[in-house]
Amino acid sequence: MSLWKELTKGVLRENPLFVLVLGMCPSLAITTSVANGIGMGVAFTGVLLASNIVISMLRKVIPNSIRIPSYIVIIATFVTMVEMLLHAYSPALFKSLGVFIPLIVVNCIILGRAEAFASKNGLTRSILDALGMGLGFTFALVTISTFREVLGAGTFLGMPVFGDSFQSALIMILPPGAFITLGCILAFINKMQSMKAAKRTMVGQQVAQQQLSSN
Amino acid sequence: MLDLHEIIFIVIGAIFVNNIVLAQFLGCCPFLGVSKKLSSAIGMGMAVTFVLTLASVITWLVQVYLLERFDIGYLQTIAFILVIASLVQFVEMVIKKHSPDLYKALGVYLPLITTNCAVLGVAIINIQKSYGFINTLFNGFANGLSFTLALILFAGIRERLEDADIPKSMQGTPIALITAALMSIAFLGFSGLI
Repeated sequence: MSLWKELTKGVLRENPLFVLVLGMCPSLAITTSVANGIGMGVAFTGVLLASNIVISMLRKVIPNSIRIPSYIVIIATFVTMVEMLLHAYSPALFKSLGVFIPLIVVNCIILGRAEAFASKNGLTRSILDALGMGLGFTFALVTISTFREVLGAGTFLGMPVFGDSFQSALIMILPPGAFITLGCILAFINKMQSMKAAKRTMVGQQVAQQQLSSN
Repeated sequence: MLDLHEIIFIVIGAIFVNNIVLAQFLGCCPFLGVSKKLSSAIGMGMAVTFVLTLASVITWLVQVYLLERFDIGYLQTIAFILVIASLVQFVEMVIKKHSPDLYKALGVYLPLITTNCAVLGVAIINIQKSYGFINTLFNGFANGLSFTLALILFAGIRERLEDADIPKSMQGTPIALITAALMSIAFLGFSGLI
């Protein structure tokens, strides 16, 4: 696989949230505003990048039988660092993300990439993989939080979108809104994929018919 | 110090008002992953309740007698995840040895619990809310029940959904999420309770 593909696969084709459906908890809980979504995405990408780098470099040193505990310790170390950085430089974000910053440790995407990718691939590819997956996850978080913030509070990044007469649907900010939004987005993606597949078979049939008629 | 009033508040609050899955979004992965059959939902719920109660108590002890005593609170995340991971392993070994029946019922679900964010989440919340030992014990147990309740209700609905005629693109995870949204709206009704 080319290096460029290694980077872009996480954004759309193997998007961790929309396609692989991993890392549900933070993506449902903290997507009440776009700012939170971006903050979580950046924190997540930082941890994933750092842990992929270290695990990829240590992949020949870590014995196979204790690899999972080692990965968890490495990931937890970086999560603690990110937690302290956020606490020091962005207290507001630290407060609104709350318990979900330490919970990056148990995010299945990070452990999943460590096990499935960084432990088997070299440094360059692991960095690109982490960046791609991080971007993909951030993109997914921003998409969900855009829907929720615009519909639920009538704002985007805190700026009012509609006029004063807009009645916001509070339910989108409340917990049910998270489930509804993600459910609809996943259904939309399924629909797109099945349409694409249908188109492909239709094109295939047309080509076959043309070949038949030309013969 | 046994403050019954407060304990009742904690238990009702954890099970209904702040349902761990439907209001706090902790433990969503097993909630969607292990809810296709009622029997496996019950097994998973029991396993989570068991581990959650034990983990709450042990992480509280670690926090008070190790981290705070030696002033190394910043190691909380690392310490807790290691405690939980080894606790799950330990529980699995003990159950396997002493109660093969229980192991048969819970065995498959135990390894999954290490990465269940509900366990670590509740452990951290216990500390954040500065609960005492008894309150921590009850909060852990009540959150386990809360998870079990949501999971069993959800599995019951999903078993029925299997026979329903759902549009093709909504099948699987999308319809499960919409179902969870409706359940979450229902649980919002408890919000005035406390």
